[in-house]
Amino acid sequence: MDFGLTEEQQMIRDAARDFAEKELVPNAAHWDQAREFPESAVKQLGELGFLGMMVDPQWDGSGMDSISYALAVEEISKGCASTGVIMSVNNSLVCHPIEEFGTEAQKERFLKPLASGKKLGAYCLTEPMAGSDAGATKTTAVPDGDDWIVNGTKIFVTNGAYADTFIVYTATEPEKKTRGITGFVIELEQAGVSVGTREKTMGIRASCTSEIIFEDVRVTAEHMLGELNRGFKVAMVTLNGGRIGIAAQAVGIAQAAFEKSVEYAKTRIQFDVPIASFQAIQWKIAEMATKIDASRLLVHEAAHLKDMGADYSAAAAKAKLLASRTAVEVCDEAIQIHGGYGYVEEYHVERHFRDSKITEIYEGTSEIQKLVIARGVLKD
Amino acid sequence: MNLQFSDEEKMIIDLARDFAEKEVRPITKQLDEEKKVPLEQIRKLQELGLLGLMIPEEYGGAGSSTSCYIQVIEEFSRICPALAIVLSVHNSVGAYPILKFANDEQREKYLPRLATDWIGAFALSEAASGSDASALELKAVRDGDEYVLNGSKLWVTNGSIANLYLVMAKTADVPDKPHRGISAFLVEREATGLNVGKLEDKMGLRASDTAEIHFENCRIPADALVGEEGIGFKIAMQALDNGRIGVASQAVGIAQGAFEEAVKYAKERVAFGKPIASHQAIEFMIADMATQISAARNLVRRAAWLKDSDSNHTKEAAMAKLYASEVANRVVDRAVQVHGGAGYIKEYPVERFYRDQRITEIYEGTSEMQKLVISRSLLSER
Repeated sequence: MDFGLTEEQQMIRDAARDFAEKELVPNAAHWDQAREFPESAVKQLGELGFLGMMVDPQWDGSGMDSISYALAVEEISKGCASTGVIMSVNNSLVCHPIEEFGTEAQKERFLKPLASGKKLGAYCLTEPMAGSDAGATKTTAVPDGDDWIVNGTKIFVTNGAYADTFIVYTATEPEKKTRGITGFVIELEQAGVSVGTREKTMGIRASCTSEIIFEDVRVTAEHMLGELNRGFKVAMVTLNGGRIGIAAQAVGIAQAAFEKSVEYAKTRIQFDVPIASFQAIQWKIAEMATKIDASRLLVHEAAHLKDMGADYSAAAAKAKLLASRTAVEVCDEAIQIHGGYGYVEEYHVERHFRDSKITEIYEGTSEIQKLVIARGVLKD
Repeated sequence: MNLQFSDEEKMIIDLARDFAEKEVRPITKQLDEEKKVPLEQIRKLQELGLLGLMIPEEYGGAGSSTSCYIQVIEEFSRICPALAIVLSVHNSVGAYPILKFANDEQREKYLPRLATDWIGAFALSEAASGSDASALELKAVRDGDEYVLNGSKLWVTNGSIANLYLVMAKTADVPDKPHRGISAFLVEREATGLNVGKLEDKMGLRASDTAEIHFENCRIPADALVGEEGIGFKIAMQALDNGRIGVASQAVGIAQGAFEEAVKYAKERVAFGKPIASHQAIEFMIADMATQISAARNLVRRAAWLKDSDSNHTKEAAMAKLYASEVANRVVDRAVQVHGGAGYIKEYPVERFYRDQRITEIYEGTSEMQKLVISRSLLSER
């Protein structure tokens, strides 16, 4: 047994940390206030290989392991949670399924530009009537000769207005619900694809969350990802990997809030001493540190199982469940430690707090994670 | 024991609820987005006699009981917590200390104004003194028949709209007991040398203005002193005892508002073939939320009743504030969770409640300070 990081993993982590400190930390507050997509930073991340980290080099990826990926997402998210999710979506929700389920031709055509950062991807599953209940998808793909015609609206698409490539889950046989779903790779430039409303989110405001509308979009067999009517499996396998990304993002957000809290507690003097001298504050710091470490370890365990080719579904769900709750609780305490200053924009912790909450919701709510975990246990 | 409101109290509460629904609900999202203080609505409240709720009738106020007053705060908070805090600060830490500690002239001069067209504020905290309130540094130096104030106050709710501030300042240096060197002053907005500084960019309660107030050789008449020198800290602490009941009720209102949204959503939102309200996990969340809100509300009402009975209520007010603010946090968090992704976007009120509730565990005494107040009170009892 070995809990150490390899030299390569440490290098990746340090490179991501460096990048975050130089390019993200100085800009995160501004991007948040202006709801500005960090285009230049994302482009740089792409050039550095951070957007296709686990993709095989033959498809222009960096060929890294999942732990390196988790470490990198954590560091990037610590600097800017929005940039963290932009990165996670491209890696886990777009590159991964294409690499896992795509044909060689699809990998050549779609995966290479996504992995090398030339194009940005997005994942279209959720609809107004289909959130946790993904099987209730109403976007249809109707056969037309050898092709299909896609119609429908997807919502809450991260990277929405900035994505070039979408993985879209459609109902090819609606009566069959989850057994009648098919995934397609669709590009923005295809006729009938448009970006709809951009949501005003509470946090991760620099990331773009939009509606994507598909109006009579023609797709061919070359666009079908995986087999006909087997798309739900693609979606679920994808989300397993995505959970690791989001869990890592949550750890990064928690870590950012935690570090600021420790710094503040050491310097803020009240009653003639730094508030870090008070037991109440020491208790908070201890609990925050413990939860963060436990969360990070669960993330790495899930990543490790994935790299070993083992079933990591429950481990990923546990990581996402715990890390997201940790992020919310740690950010909550971070605000409390800062007192009034924790409530104003200048001190950043309120941004971490707003950013943290979404991690309990997207890519499978905590309630769904609990179902996944419980079912895994109970079926044994 | 009687848990009912009188007919007169019910009338005031219904009036407040109606007002909040008709005049405030339609604009509350916009107020938050634009960081706009609802001056027009405050004016209307003044005209209705609702702003000076706790001011006795002899001074032109509504002479309401604390029980009725805190219910009004809850009604407003259910819809617009920012407006509720304007009301709470104005009454609890603005008008109340004047009523309790000022002399007849001061009462006659200011209370009728606060009952009609003036707004009150409370200036205690500074950059280096939050929880450690007695470490304040704003100086008030006697000069003939005036005092000269120098320094700055932070986190003043109603800071930029107030006509009158209750300001705690240092009149004497008392090394081991700094609180004995603090005095309270009634400072009018027009005083020379008083400047409203920066307005804070807050995460929530954005329709409530929170300002820095700077005093630069600010001259005030000597009769602006409340009571006598050296009792300012005591005045501030008793004002906060009262203010805590208001904030606690604001927290209950926020929780109630978010809870109602969550129940509404849970009944309408269908997933896996049925309304999510039918899924056990959501049912249990709803049960927990309802129970916590009821418990918090009762703690608040008990504190209000003790105050109305002129009983000591320091510990009970602290318990109410501590508990209710934590309930607001938990309940709103669950309410967002019930909404799923919809709870994270501005279209739905819970997103705003999530940002608004967070300050209730901090201002008018952090939860940590409340715990000190409660434990010290208990540990000193026989």
